Amino acid sequence: MNVSALTPSELKLRLKKTGIYLQTGSFITHLKTTIPSVAKGIGLLYADYPLVEQDGFADFHISLVHPRNLRRWFKPQVLFLFDGNTIFKPLPLDQAFPMLEWGLNWCVSNHVNHCLMIHAAVVEKGGYAAIMPAPPGSGKSTLCAALVNRGWRLLSDELALVRVVDGKLIPLPRPVSLKNESIEIIRRYEQNAIFSRKVADTIKGTVAHMKAPADSIARATEVAQVAWVIFPKYQAGATTCLETLPQSRAFMRVADNSFNYSLLGLNGFKTMASLIDASLCYDFTYSKLDDAIEIFGALKPQPSSK
Amino acid sequence: MVKRFITLYLTDIPNVIPNYLILQALREPEALISLSLPDWDLLIRQARRANLLARICILLDERGLLEQVPPKPREHLEWSRVISERHVQAVHWEITLIRKALAKVGVPVILLKGAAYVMAKLPPAKGRLFSDIDIIVPKDSLNAVEAALMLHGWAATHHDAYDQRYYRTWMHELPPMQHIKRMTVIDVHHAILPETAALHPDSAKLLAAAQPLDGYDDLKVFAPADMVLHSAVHLFHNDQLDQGLRDLVDIDSLLRHFSKLPAFWPNLAVRAQELELTRPLFYALRYAVHLLNTPIPSGMMEAAKSGRPNPLTLIFTDQLFERALMPVHKSCSDWLTGAARQLLYVRATWLRMPPLLLVRHLFHKAFISPKPE
Repeated sequence: MNVSALTPSELKLRLKKTGIYLQTGSFITHLKTTIPSVAKGIGLLYADYPLVEQDGFADFHISLVHPRNLRRWFKPQVLFLFDGNTIFKPLPLDQAFPMLEWGLNWCVSNHVNHCLMIHAAVVEKGGYAAIMPAPPGSGKSTLCAALVNRGWRLLSDELALVRVVDGKLIPLPRPVSLKNESIEIIRRYEQNAIFSRKVADTIKGTVAHMKAPADSIARATEVAQVAWVIFPKYQAGATTCLETLPQSRAFMRVADNSFNYSLLGLNGFKTMASLIDASLCYDFTYSKLDDAIEIFGALKPQPSSK
Repeated sequence: MVKRFITLYLTDIPNVIPNYLILQALREPEALISLSLPDWDLLIRQARRANLLARICILLDERGLLEQVPPKPREHLEWSRVISERHVQAVHWEITLIRKALAKVGVPVILLKGAAYVMAKLPPAKGRLFSDIDIIVPKDSLNAVEAALMLHGWAATHHDAYDQRYYRTWMHELPPMQHIKRMTVIDVHHAILPETAALHPDSAKLLAAAQPLDGYDDLKVFAPADMVLHSAVHLFHNDQLDQGLRDLVDIDSLLRHFSKLPAFWPNLAVRAQELELTRPLFYALRYAVHLLNTPIPSGMMEAAKSGRPNPLTLIFTDQLFERALMPVHKSCSDWLTGAARQLLYVRATWLRMPPLLLVRHLFHKAFISPKPE
């Protein structure tokens, strides 16, 4: 059963009473909330995600609640609880849904260690995946949103999960986080994309989340083989330019963007080394999304990779 | 008859301890393989809060049972093991750097608690997580040790003049020092209890009995009995018990390991007297038995009674410790847990300084010290 099987009022009630067991990628999150904007966001962006009914096991237990003090009423705030404990400072109530998204990322990046985790977007086409690691502000999510609206499969907008045992990429398709001008750019680029309400004045500026394509969600258990590591950079007015990057340089830059490279020790090094070995690495500068899509469409994997 | 019953009731019958999953898991890891998924769900949450998830992973692995854990919970256990393996590796590296920094000071460094368990390859090190490294050195070499650490990149963390005085005049350690690059923390002790505490375990005796660590000429660890006593005093004089169960697991693990040594138990009883630590030892043995079923010879339990508080106090402390030693998780709490933690905080502070000093300290902390942001 998917979230969409519940009516908005059923969903709201269930989130309030027992919570829902939501499957995203290979993780199950037990989520409870009394906050209407969160219920609404889930109904909108998680409609196609499965609800797990029987098991009684969740990877993460989270809830979004009103603080039990004056800030429930006066300049109201929201708290993110991980198994009953506050992890982050409270945020203005208006930011409750973005806080859920950030919190879900935190759950994965702070616990999961059978994968090398890289702060990167991952998209796949024809059996080959591109990892796009980049610091915030480089246009990674914008490019990712454009690609997944033009036939690429979304594995993740935020977290590349490289399985230690075999180097395969594990999908975690969740809503794509867009900021500031990117929101309107993607809205214009794809009229049919579904967006959550814009939330202004967050720590990242104005944010909105775009629903992941239904096909990507349906294929969330299908692992992928990496073929490219691409460092995107949006630069206004620049001509599109794909520049080969030496593997050694790429290695260090991916490591810089990894959450648990050093935690994994030798396994981290080995996983990273095979990842880079299997990939063609590029710096990619772009200003027009259509040009970027064309370049990505023409990417060829290394002859040896399979 | 009635009197006898009352005495028995007051002192020897354990309180009814709720059968929390985390306790079952630590007492009898073998039984975990028949756990249902919802029980695994709860156990993992309790163990994560108590920092004991990796420990449970290793207990199962040692018994060859990890493969029988359902895939989902097993993944969580293995995730946490990765972290604990990294911690152990980091402790080794940090100690290498501490040895280098202190090479010229010329005093042996005695490792305490977690660092000692790791370097002496003792069973409590298995699956343990670390937040800092604790060492103890003779009081007259404190200045030299501090200076050497500062030269090698460790800096004092408490800059407030009052905090400096608090540590240097009254406490048993320097203000914690943090390395400016690696951000690792070292606590340099010269005693195991504050100068201002009512109990005065003699540091000279502890240092004199310390044993060299195999393969190192500049590192030592406490002798077995002293190691247990330090672990006990650390736990039962601590104002923060959120890691309490982990500390009790340390004690349980040390006792099970050292019980193989000849004369360990008689030594422990004698040493507790010598170091004025019969009370913390009594509590350590009592709660290790109650909560973790630690096997302790009846002779030892008899001997430990010299440290037993009066029966009424004991009823009260049982109520407090059996709540506060549990993981900070709603499934391990009742309506009195919060109050128990508060009272034990007050108790620990009370044990740390005489009343007037305590009032002065609390007054300063409440009204004069700058508030953290």
